[in-house]
Amino acid sequence: MAFTFAAFCYMLALLLTAALIFFAIWHIIAFDELKTDYKNPIDQCNTLNPLVLPEYLIHFFFCVMFFCAAEWLTLCLNLPLLAYHVWRYMSRPIMSCPGLYDPTTIMNADILAYCQKEGWCKLAFYLLSFFYYLYGYETSFVIFWVRVWVQERTPHICQIRVSVILIPFGGLDSSVGEIKSSSKYSSTTIKPKRINIVRW
Amino acid sequence: MPPSNDMSNQAPPYSSYGYPSMQPAYRQGPASHTDSSPSQDLYSQSNYQQYSQPFPNLSQLSAALGGLSGVPELEVESLRPVNLLQERTLLPPRPLEAPEPNLTPDLKKVNCSPQTFRCTLTSIPQTQALLNKARLPLGLLLHPFRDLQLPVITSNTIVRCRSCRTYINPFVTFLDQRRWKCNLCYRVNDVPDEFMYNPVSRSYGEPHRRPEVQNSTVEFIASSDYMLRPPQPAAYLFVLDVSHNAVEAGYLKYFCESLLENLDRLPGDTRTRVGFLTFDSTIHFYNLQEGLSQPQMLVVSDIDDVFIPSHDSLMVNLKESKELVQDLLNSLPAMFSQTRETHSALGPALQAAFKLMSPTGGRVTVFQTQLPTLGAGLLQSREDPNQRSSTKHLGPATDFYKKLALDCSGQQIGVDLFLLSSQYADLSSLACISKYSAGSIFYYPSFHYIHNPAQLEKFQKDLERYLSRKIGFEAVMRIRCTKGLSIHTFHGNFFVRSTDLLSLANVNPDSAFAVQMSIEDSLADSSLACFQAALLYTSSKGKRRIRVHTLCLPVVNQLSDVYAGADVQAITCLLANMAIDRSISSSLSDARDALINAVVDFVNSYKSNVSSLQQSGLVCPSAMRLFPLYIHALLKQKALRTGTSTRLDERVFAMCEFKTQPLQQLMRMVHPDLYRLDNMSDQGALHLNDTVVPQPHLLHLSAERLSRDGAFLMDCDDCESTHIPELETTLSERVRAFVDWLQDNRAFTCLLFVFLFFCRDDGSAKATFFQQLVEDRSESSSSYYEFLQHIEQQMSK
Repeated sequence: MAFTFAAFCYMLALLLTAALIFFAIWHIIAFDELKTDYKNPIDQCNTLNPLVLPEYLIHFFFCVMFFCAAEWLTLCLNLPLLAYHVWRYMSRPIMSCPGLYDPTTIMNADILAYCQKEGWCKLAFYLLSFFYYLYGYETSFVIFWVRVWVQERTPHICQIRVSVILIPFGGLDSSVGEIKSSSKYSSTTIKPKRINIVRW
Repeated sequence: MPPSNDMSNQAPPYSSYGYPSMQPAYRQGPASHTDSSPSQDLYSQSNYQQYSQPFPNLSQLSAALGGLSGVPELEVESLRPVNLLQERTLLPPRPLEAPEPNLTPDLKKVNCSPQTFRCTLTSIPQTQALLNKARLPLGLLLHPFRDLQLPVITSNTIVRCRSCRTYINPFVTFLDQRRWKCNLCYRVNDVPDEFMYNPVSRSYGEPHRRPEVQNSTVEFIASSDYMLRPPQPAAYLFVLDVSHNAVEAGYLKYFCESLLENLDRLPGDTRTRVGFLTFDSTIHFYNLQEGLSQPQMLVVSDIDDVFIPSHDSLMVNLKESKELVQDLLNSLPAMFSQTRETHSALGPALQAAFKLMSPTGGRVTVFQTQLPTLGAGLLQSREDPNQRSSTKHLGPATDFYKKLALDCSGQQIGVDLFLLSSQYADLSSLACISKYSAGSIFYYPSFHYIHNPAQLEKFQKDLERYLSRKIGFEAVMRIRCTKGLSIHTFHGNFFVRSTDLLSLANVNPDSAFAVQMSIEDSLADSSLACFQAALLYTSSKGKRRIRVHTLCLPVVNQLSDVYAGADVQAITCLLANMAIDRSISSSLSDARDALINAVVDFVNSYKSNVSSLQQSGLVCPSAMRLFPLYIHALLKQKALRTGTSTRLDERVFAMCEFKTQPLQQLMRMVHPDLYRLDNMSDQGALHLNDTVVPQPHLLHLSAERLSRDGAFLMDCDDCESTHIPELETTLSERVRAFVDWLQDNRAFTCLLFVFLFFCRDDGSAKATFFQQLVEDRSESSSSYYEFLQHIEQQMSK
């Protein structure tokens, strides 16, 4: 389905961000449960602590992927979060098991408020990055397909920059409607339009 | 109770306060309530609804000043500006008492004793903005389980608010005979039928005369709804270090002697259980079953996977196996006198203790004399003797003890630690075992039974108190506040199970707690703020009890009123707690700077907002005139001092003391009382039981107040006591009477006595004495006057 490495990265990042959003929502619910005395801090920390490192490692993993795919803008957008994760993990309380949350201090109102705010901010960031990766996936996917289409039609013409024409989200589907694609984004029947391609 | 007849006439609302000449303008607030129906007036004696503004606030007063008597003068006195750089005599003649909140005499009479429940600001600001402007911390210091006589309520129903579950207290409002209004959430509840009968006066129909509503400190007998399991018996386990180091230190003999003497005084009943565990590099259990001729020792050497040898007589009933226990205590010191084991497997011993006590819960007392070097929880020596002035390593090195403490807390096991080591033993990691399981920590640096008799005496005295003091098991404490206030930080030895619920495996009468509060919503619609601390515990006799303390304080909206009601000792203690937290989470120098900034901010705030004098110098309201002095003394304490070589364990122990000691002890630690004995007169003396107890004045802690031909007494807590020779002179009699009176007034204390008259050069006592003179300059810290100048400099920045 996705044939360039960048498109593959974006797709994978999309799926993994869904998992990260799930973690962020879990965190928010967990801290809310702690605040309303629904759960014991020891049990809650035992459920939250194992999720911390996987979240950080997932995020680190797709930073590495974007680095390999040479997607510099996306990488730059994710670097602050990576640095924050590193700082947060370095300054965690003395614990023998992996994790950030210490049951003896988590009920401190300052720390609880900080963790809740962190949860909300992360949720917002992951949601935004979800849509950004979606857009990025579309863009990289479509670039590939249009390249293929153009090369089939005009093999003697050199590299044409078509990405500029194909930017609008809605326009994407109509543009590739002519090409038989298995992409789930263009399953409706769309009247094919001819694109004006500059020939030289 | 005065009769309610005077409520039915249109007397001016402040007539009962003794100044009838109040101008009509001041009646505006409460005037609307005098129109209330007569039937309500019957119950208005015990309520405050009538007096929405109990006292005129200071700004109104200052307009009508002159010729007023009573409390308003005290208020004005507490706001009198004091120029600290000029006035040299700041200390009051007698030790400072807690300020009284500005309430009606009726409410003051029933209010909680300040020794139990104390607030940093006795007039609560109305909004968070006002509190921020005052630059003072808002918090409570409580000592809920202290030794006192209190009424026990034996009724079947415990009346509580339906929504917030507050216990009924003297500050609720009775709307009529059948309904009462909660003073914390303002919900109207019904009075149950049983409550209408008053068992004390055998009368019917006066719920406001019942003992629950007449006393702010009561104890209820809890029904089975308050029990998760049948009340546990008193269970005591003693875990003793018997390594070579311990034998060298020689504590075992004195511990056994003390326990033998106090075996009958251990709090409990016929179900009391007792057990012993000794450890060095292996763990030794003792089978004390009733039928045996002598105690049997079972050794477990697998310390990586500790298991309990399958006997159920490792914890035995004290009454049944008493002779065996006594045999064991008599033979223990000799059993290990030739030991050559130098390792100490404390971690596995604690794990074994946890497994042994898990079924019942109870108290574990651990005696340790060195760094644990074997097994789980082993610790490295982190202190560098050349870097004694450094302040790193204040936090734990491993979370093994913290996790174990949380497990213990979950099984209602409290662990108390006696550390008797001469070398570094990483108290900051070991203390975690007691901190989160609500235990106590005792530390005897350089303990040796021959070379250090002072520590030995202290150990014996502490042990006697420890073994015979009251105890409560499987306890929880909840602190509730009026709607609008919330608690955000807790200080003390316990585990915070939820936002206002503290889990205390054991509760003892010598530990205190502190909490910090914030004002979430404005308190504008209430004139009184109330706090209730409810401690649910199982007594040593297996009875489930609830001890409830309720404190009531007025709410004010003027900054000057906030300052007039500030409690300087409580503020100092709360700031000390906050500084210790800060020094562990960030660094000691941050904590010290924060303390100095607290003084600077306060003085700046007073100067810019309240003081109308535009003079230079350091001006404080009279209520807070001792604040810089106390902070200066605090900065010289072992816990927070820099520049002087302080052993890490001693520093950590001093920090733990600050978090757990009650306020009176803390203040004596920070700023001891100094008296001059040789010129005591009978002026102002107390006459008690045919003896005349002289009351000498307090002196400032400075060498300039001492003289070579005088005798002085310093009353502080961590010094060794000396004996007063019994001579026949009047001076000696007076001195003895005074000292006895001082010692009677508290549970246990030490006095430091320096008889300069005879030039007794008792080396260590003299050094300690002079160390406590906080106003003087020493080689690493400034004098009080220099501190004030530093504050003044910071203010002008």
